[in-house]
Amino acid sequence: MMARIVMFMAAVMLAFAVPSPVQAIDPDEMFTDLAQEERAREIGKQLRCLVCQNQSIFDSNAGLARDLRMVVRERITAGDNDDQIITFVAERFGDYVLLEPPIKQTTYALWAAPVVFLIAALGLGAVYLRRRQPVIEDGLSEAERAEAQRLLKGGDA
Amino acid sequence: MIVELGHYALCLALVAAALQAVTPLWGVRNDNVAAMRFGDSAAQVQFLATLGAFAALTYAYVVSDFSVRTVALNSHSAKPLIYRITGVWANHEGSMLLWVLVLALFGAAIATFARAVPLAMRARVLAVQAMIGVGFFAFILLTSNPFERLPLPPMDGQGMNPLLQDPGIALHPPFLYIGYVGFSTAFSFAIAALMAGKVEPAWARWMRPWVLGAWAALTFGIALGSWWAYYELGWGGFWFWDPVENASFMPWLLGTALLHSAIVVEKRDALQRWTILLAIFTFSLSLMGTFLVRSGILSSVHAFANDPERGAFILVLLAISLVGSMVLFAIRAPAIRERGVFSPISREGGLLLNNLLLAAACGVVFVGTLYPLLLDIATGDRITVGAPYFNQTFGPIFALVAIAAAIGPFLSWKRADARAIAHRLRIVLALSLLVPVIWAALTGWREPLGLAGLGLAAWLFTATLVDLGRRAGIGAAPIATVLRRLVGLPRSAWGLYAGHAGLAICISGVVAISVWKVEAIQTQQLGSPVPVGGYEFTLVDVSQRAGPNYQSSIATVAVSRDGEQVGLLFPERRWYPVERKPTTEAGIRTLWHGDLYAVLGDPAPEGQFVTRYYYNPGVAWMWLGATLMALGGLLTISDRRLRVGAPGARKVPVQAQPA
Repeated sequence: MMARIVMFMAAVMLAFAVPSPVQAIDPDEMFTDLAQEERAREIGKQLRCLVCQNQSIFDSNAGLARDLRMVVRERITAGDNDDQIITFVAERFGDYVLLEPPIKQTTYALWAAPVVFLIAALGLGAVYLRRRQPVIEDGLSEAERAEAQRLLKGGDA
Repeated sequence: MIVELGHYALCLALVAAALQAVTPLWGVRNDNVAAMRFGDSAAQVQFLATLGAFAALTYAYVVSDFSVRTVALNSHSAKPLIYRITGVWANHEGSMLLWVLVLALFGAAIATFARAVPLAMRARVLAVQAMIGVGFFAFILLTSNPFERLPLPPMDGQGMNPLLQDPGIALHPPFLYIGYVGFSTAFSFAIAALMAGKVEPAWARWMRPWVLGAWAALTFGIALGSWWAYYELGWGGFWFWDPVENASFMPWLLGTALLHSAIVVEKRDALQRWTILLAIFTFSLSLMGTFLVRSGILSSVHAFANDPERGAFILVLLAISLVGSMVLFAIRAPAIRERGVFSPISREGGLLLNNLLLAAACGVVFVGTLYPLLLDIATGDRITVGAPYFNQTFGPIFALVAIAAAIGPFLSWKRADARAIAHRLRIVLALSLLVPVIWAALTGWREPLGLAGLGLAAWLFTATLVDLGRRAGIGAAPIATVLRRLVGLPRSAWGLYAGHAGLAICISGVVAISVWKVEAIQTQQLGSPVPVGGYEFTLVDVSQRAGPNYQSSIATVAVSRDGEQVGLLFPERRWYPVERKPTTEAGIRTLWHGDLYAVLGDPAPEGQFVTRYYYNPGVAWMWLGATLMALGGLLTISDRRLRVGAPGARKVPVQAQPA
């Protein structure tokens, strides 16, 4: 329910979303421990600011992005690992919050597409080249070929 | 009055376009030269009328005529003149007017300069060009009239998003439109060829200059937009895989493929059908981009308009053009013969591979951009497809493109000598490995992907240089001969080398900033230095200043390295009272290897300030590379072979007869 309310609020705010120059992370929210800060940022880069377009919470200055960063920081302090934190956030805000879409039933096609395209492109190219091959050989008819052989053998009579 | 004249001129342009869409085709069918020629004049009239309409709207912005609806909504009397002018296209109505202006410009340019194109072909091309015009003039007049008056004009306008009050973003739309609206010419040539039922090598030569010009402008336009994001949004990001960016990137990818496949049509009389399809799809992607941006269907920076009626209209235009051209293709394509033969390992084969890979890369961007939208409509499930997806999927495919781009120029037409090429590639590989190895020795081996990216850029760059050296005979001929050969190389060869080297340089920059960027965020006291990637940033002073339509806090940041001053940066925070919005202007100093980048944040207690400092390596390389690519396109256009009228016979000077 909570997630729904947040989503609804996010949708409302989205309608008024205007990009603004970024004053993303504030010094006062940062960890003094460098390793923890590094982790918080790596996680932050994978989560979407709900009221921005394709911006991560790491890059965004929106209040909601800051709130989400604080959630991440709290989980780090609580001792969760990276995957647990991302799962924690995704469970509350939905998969929409993940910049990298999760692999699930509705995204199989999305993740399969690049592989399919690459194979299809190379396959089509191979088929096209193979089909053309006979054209090279059919350049001459049987009679012409015989004539060519005769000429090559040096007979000009 | 002038505004009404503008409206009238726009209606006139619609009429000219409607006549131009029909009369020349009638002329071709009935072998009527006058009717075919009519297309030329109509295209010129259509352009002049559109230009008049555009000038009228510009006038309304310049004099701040707030009785005009778009002016009242998007301008303000306190805005500097330059942004009152660029404000014309910083909104839905005006930008659509710019769209048709560019469309009409290309039509008029073909009518005026493409005299080498036979009359019947030119007539068909202009007719198709005009059909697109009719659709979009109607769209503007029916759904997005920029000349609409307000019954009660406000005292002043509502202003323009201050982020857009910037020279970089002001020039971004015109270049972008010259690019992707310019691809309409490829579409028109393709449809004209299908109407004629045959595709000759000369057809590709007629079409290529227009496609090259559009492509060069699009390359430059995309780079300009990216540059703007880099310095204006305040954290050094330059590409977001935002749907609207993707909308301009997809035509670029397919347009790049089109440029290359058209070479095969021109030189080797092969790949005609594929080239026609590419031309149709490239422009269809431009139309789709227009739809995505103009309908506001995607939530994004660029989505100003939020009007389903407009979206539906463009979607119908897209459907008509796509379905119509596919039906025509299905009827006519089987009759198009490919005569040129080639073995798989040949220049033709290489260009085919380039095309297939670029098409696959474009397909990935297409799916990634539209998938969340379609999934939402189909199931209500909302997902985000962000940078991590594109980096993992588009990245590897585009890496293959770059690998192949290095090998392609080595291949000779028809059949290449695989062994000789393998030998040359070994040299290239050895040389290009040096770059990541040296870099790793300096910075460490921590970033294998970054090192691979640098190696890739070095591979393409080295191969391009090696090929250039081979053609000039470096090492095999005396220096004088080498120089003469270099000067004598056709411009299109220089275009090839500039384009490929530009891509390599651009890739190296993108890799460097993505992987080796250094940042520091802190609350800083005046006078205390902060270390950032070997540099020391000292906040010297923060003062207040008044701009033409904003208030500004401007900081002075001194940057030094090893105690020696490198330069001063002046990051700013601006406040635009009319729009009630802040902007940041980053303080940037560009060095050849990277940018020093400073952003001023909020004031903190006790005279301190939040500051953000970055060292962004390789930034200048990105813009340099992209500009070099665009330049490569222009160089190729200027080649003798593509110059208008080139196929004509040489004029023999007439000897004066003695009386």
